[in-house]
Amino acid sequence: MDINLVYMVLFLAGIIGFAALNAAYLVWVERKGAARIQRRTGPSEVGFAGLLQPLADGAKLMSKQILFPDGIDKPLFMLAPMFAMIPAVMILVTIPFGPVGFGPFADFMLVAREMNIGLLMIFAFASVNVMALLLGGWSSKNKYAVISAARAVSQDIAYEIPMILIAITIVMTTGSMHLSTIVESQAGGFWNWNWLPLQGNLFGPVTFIIFFICSLAETNRAPFDLGEAESELIAGFHTEYSSMGFGLFFMGEYANIVIGAALTTILFLGGWLSPLPASIPFIGAPSVVWFLLKMYLLIWTVVLIRWTYPRVTLWSLLNLAWKIMIPFALVNLLGSAALIKILPMLGL
Amino acid sequence: MNIQEFYNYFQISLGVADVVKEGVFLGFILVTLGGALMATCSTRTIRAIFGLVVCFVGIAGIYYFLNSPFVSLMQLMIYVGAVAITIAFAIMLAEPDENKRAAKTPPLAGPFAVLLGASVTWALAAASLGAKWMAPAIVVNEGTVTQVGEALLTKYSMAFELVSIVLLLAILGSLVVARSGRDKEC
Repeated sequence: MDINLVYMVLFLAGIIGFAALNAAYLVWVERKGAARIQRRTGPSEVGFAGLLQPLADGAKLMSKQILFPDGIDKPLFMLAPMFAMIPAVMILVTIPFGPVGFGPFADFMLVAREMNIGLLMIFAFASVNVMALLLGGWSSKNKYAVISAARAVSQDIAYEIPMILIAITIVMTTGSMHLSTIVESQAGGFWNWNWLPLQGNLFGPVTFIIFFICSLAETNRAPFDLGEAESELIAGFHTEYSSMGFGLFFMGEYANIVIGAALTTILFLGGWLSPLPASIPFIGAPSVVWFLLKMYLLIWTVVLIRWTYPRVTLWSLLNLAWKIMIPFALVNLLGSAALIKILPMLGL
Repeated sequence: MNIQEFYNYFQISLGVADVVKEGVFLGFILVTLGGALMATCSTRTIRAIFGLVVCFVGIAGIYYFLNSPFVSLMQLMIYVGAVAITIAFAIMLAEPDENKRAAKTPPLAGPFAVLLGASVTWALAAASLGAKWMAPAIVVNEGTVTQVGEALLTKYSMAFELVSIVLLLAILGSLVVARSGRDKEC
């Protein structure tokens, strides 16, 4: 029985700290990025280049009063923000960030509890996440919030299908749901990563693009942020939330972005592996630095997409999912399955 | 001291681990029962659904303890992630205002419900007390995805295909129903 209490507590504290730090500083990145695109300067007053702004915002959020509007369903209203955060933390528990890669910790894996079926665990908890939007929207007794919850649910249900179909193709080509195994199967340089068609799966690039779009939609990010569409629904499902209730929803959203980027990194971009073969000293060694580099590059792409693309309408969003993404994902699944059978016959 | 020794130093003893395990198991049972009570006792439909979700989470935890993480995660994904959310969605669309109380119940409903509940409880208790329970299984198999998949496609392939046909028919039926109410534009 391998239970190590200190190890578990340290990792849980680390994960929650990681989620909170990311939420705080991704907001800063997002505001700076938006400012660059809109020819402004963004936060610049608090600290150097506004670097202390997230801390000030956090202190402000925590010191505010929690308002309970009349007619809300109070227990559910209070539970909804927790439901936004708990699945995110549960998912981060299974995500392997890779070996530290240097010094005395060289072989030490940064993962709290890796499961044999880690990929399934991630999708299971990601599907619970919708419950938070639904409960939050419903219990706040606000028409905008209810509309937003209905939109978010139909969107999340629609995009879950192609996302899981794509994940199944990855599971088929690598033969495992163990995230470390999926990463290790991409070893040997960037040309072996799953998003390129050289790994035996000719559909690599299509798979990667569908998965990335779906992860944008699943995290309710622009151009798919119909759940909180500021210009029509005020702030959507969290309109009535103040103080840390709002803060938890916000942290949950950024934690989900981190999870989406981390999952894309693991499934398609070789996780913690270096883009160069491991035979090259130092730079070819697998390390957590590579993982973070790829992950933050993806997150930066997400930020850029948010501030440069207009929001789609609900109908085009759902049509994209049901009429384009799902058929493509299905064809992709069948094609990959056929290739797995055919390629060995041709001796490749 | 190196990092491995550091961990081993804090490795908790087996006795403590067992206590923690029992505690978490009891916790999951309490969560399941609490969720079930919330689902049956609350007057607001949306709270009842929330109770159902809590109950499902508890059951998923118990599955995990029964050494089948795959079933446990599928329970979460299908029942919480799909079934409960679909029910909640349907109720949100159908019943926007829940302030008014339910219609007046007929006078005999209370005693009849008590009678029904008592008889069902009696039947279940009699059945469970009279039954010859098998010795608790140690570990039948590892419950891994590979084993589940092989069993589905060899031993239970007929049942698997039948379930697929039922689901396919359900999808087609819902498409037909949904299609009939739409015009051509959207």
